[in-house]
Amino acid sequence: MSTFMPMLYSAWDSDIAYSFRKSRVAVISSLLLLAMFLAAILAPHLAPQNPFDIAELSLFDSELPPAWAEGGNPAYLLGTDTQARDVLSSIMYGMRISLVVGFASVILAAVLGVTLGLLGGFLGGIVDAVLMRIADVLLSFPPILVALLINGVLRGALPQSAQADSALIVLILSIGLTNWVQYARTVRGSTMVERRKEYIEAARTLGTGSVAIMVRHILPNVLGPVLVIATINLGMAVLTEATLSFLGVGMPPTQPSLGTLIQIGNEFLFSGIWWVVVFPAVALAVLVLAVNLLGDWLRDALNPKLR
Amino acid sequence: MFAFLLRRIVQAALVMLVVASIAFLMFRFLGDPISNLLPEDATVEERADLREKMGLNDPFVVQYGRFIANAAQGDFGQSYRNNRPVSDLLAERFPATAELVLVAASLALALGIPLGIYTALNPRGWISQGLQVVSLLGISVPTFVTGILLILLFSVTLGWLPSFGRGGVVDLGGWTTGFLTLSGLKALILPSIMLALFQMTLIMRLVRAEMLEVLRADYIKFARARGMPNRMLHFKYALKNTLIPVMTIFGLQLGGLIAFAIITETVFQWPGMGFLFIQAVNFSDVPVMAAYLVLVSFLFVVINTIVDLLYHVVDPRLRVEKSTARGV
Repeated sequence: MSTFMPMLYSAWDSDIAYSFRKSRVAVISSLLLLAMFLAAILAPHLAPQNPFDIAELSLFDSELPPAWAEGGNPAYLLGTDTQARDVLSSIMYGMRISLVVGFASVILAAVLGVTLGLLGGFLGGIVDAVLMRIADVLLSFPPILVALLINGVLRGALPQSAQADSALIVLILSIGLTNWVQYARTVRGSTMVERRKEYIEAARTLGTGSVAIMVRHILPNVLGPVLVIATINLGMAVLTEATLSFLGVGMPPTQPSLGTLIQIGNEFLFSGIWWVVVFPAVALAVLVLAVNLLGDWLRDALNPKLR
Repeated sequence: MFAFLLRRIVQAALVMLVVASIAFLMFRFLGDPISNLLPEDATVEERADLREKMGLNDPFVVQYGRFIANAAQGDFGQSYRNNRPVSDLLAERFPATAELVLVAASLALALGIPLGIYTALNPRGWISQGLQVVSLLGISVPTFVTGILLILLFSVTLGWLPSFGRGGVVDLGGWTTGFLTLSGLKALILPSIMLALFQMTLIMRLVRAEMLEVLRADYIKFARARGMPNRMLHFKYALKNTLIPVMTIFGLQLGGLIAFAIITETVFQWPGMGFLFIQAVNFSDVPVMAAYLVLVSFLFVVINTIVDLLYHVVDPRLRVEKSTARGV
């Protein structure tokens, strides 16, 4: 206890915490994100209804407008869809899937990118040249197109019957394999700088192996910008997932993400049940906006020179 | 200049070769073309026959060479799903996408540049502040959501504009155009706004940032000290230098427009190449995917090369630096 309080105090007093408290945008967007994460993680406990349990659905309650509109039912705050699923519950469950895909693909991209960047920067030569040419080619195409292509190739390689079950993995792979380039380039650049420093030479003199130098000595010193890239990337990954699902090559309607919910709602646009499409769309936009704002703040806070 | 041109063309050819190789690998290792082209009840002889006729028994290198030669002539074989030559399908769909991208690009430039100049010259005005907020929203709201909201407002609620298809088109010897009929023009409005919105906010922010930068430059200060009127200063001297980087970014973004047209075409059921591509991804129709990949990469490479060349034409500093660098 005697060491804990000062530690907490110094964390509260640190530059980054100060800049966080001073930035109204950062505080509001992180509170929003926290609320959305909690709603998604605790969906099975918090959601008014399990939209995938047919026993809980009653077709008499289908196509109800939001609670405040005429004919709304207070039990369904944001209304119900054509199959009597509560829109609010669908959004909470959908956000779960969107966030799982988002986080998993960011982790995949970061691990892949950091590893390749470290290898390229440390080894140099042909390994580096090949990696950077691949990165150049990938960067010259819009990410959504690359993700679509990887998605199509993976789905083509799988048998038809397995496609619905593997949709989550296919999405994570196609988004993760699209986004690693930025990490690799950044880490490669800083690795090349670190490699020439004296402490690396010292480690080498002591007989430390290349792998140990890379992992134990260089990695901690090049990880700083990775956090910023990862935060900004999370927004992009969630957006890409939603876009792929909306285009019908992402999550199937049996396990809808936010993008799938918008796609389903889009089909009923002309029957006047606007709430089925508008609320998932708002949830997606707010989620991405909050992540982007937090990412922008983090970039400015960690690197005042970049402003 | 000639050497530069030659180098760029060699570079472009290399990129195209890499893309074509990826397309070939997709062909070779994704699914079996025979089982996709023949009906389920085809006999073993029929399968072997088609396999021989398509040259699938030839050595790898021969097949690769033939693929590249065919691709260079625009021949990508038969679509698995439609059983028609892929080149016909793409040629049919190309005008729709080209017109959409053209209108969206013009819209983005025509609105983005003036708005960017305005916000740079009046950074504290409430219109500028409002535009900054709108552009932040424009970057965070997914484009398909914008499209759906446009449909909801202008098609469902107000009933002013159509929400799907191209409307009436006129066939000009193989090129179908929607520019010549009223319904065709009306059908273009919503999709092109959706496609242009993101690019417009991007151009606006870029013009604003560049213009603010240029206005701080010494030559502008000197011109102002000489008593040059603001109008001439802003539009004759500052704007020219502002637009050089804008041109580059816009050239690169044109490729982005083609890619994002996939989403726009899906939302508005626009019968273009992107819609075709999405259906191909959905059904793993490899020939169509491969052909789309090669065609789009070709467009990207051509655009990038032209932008690089224009850059040299527009910015004399670049020419001088290059020629002296090579002289050493």
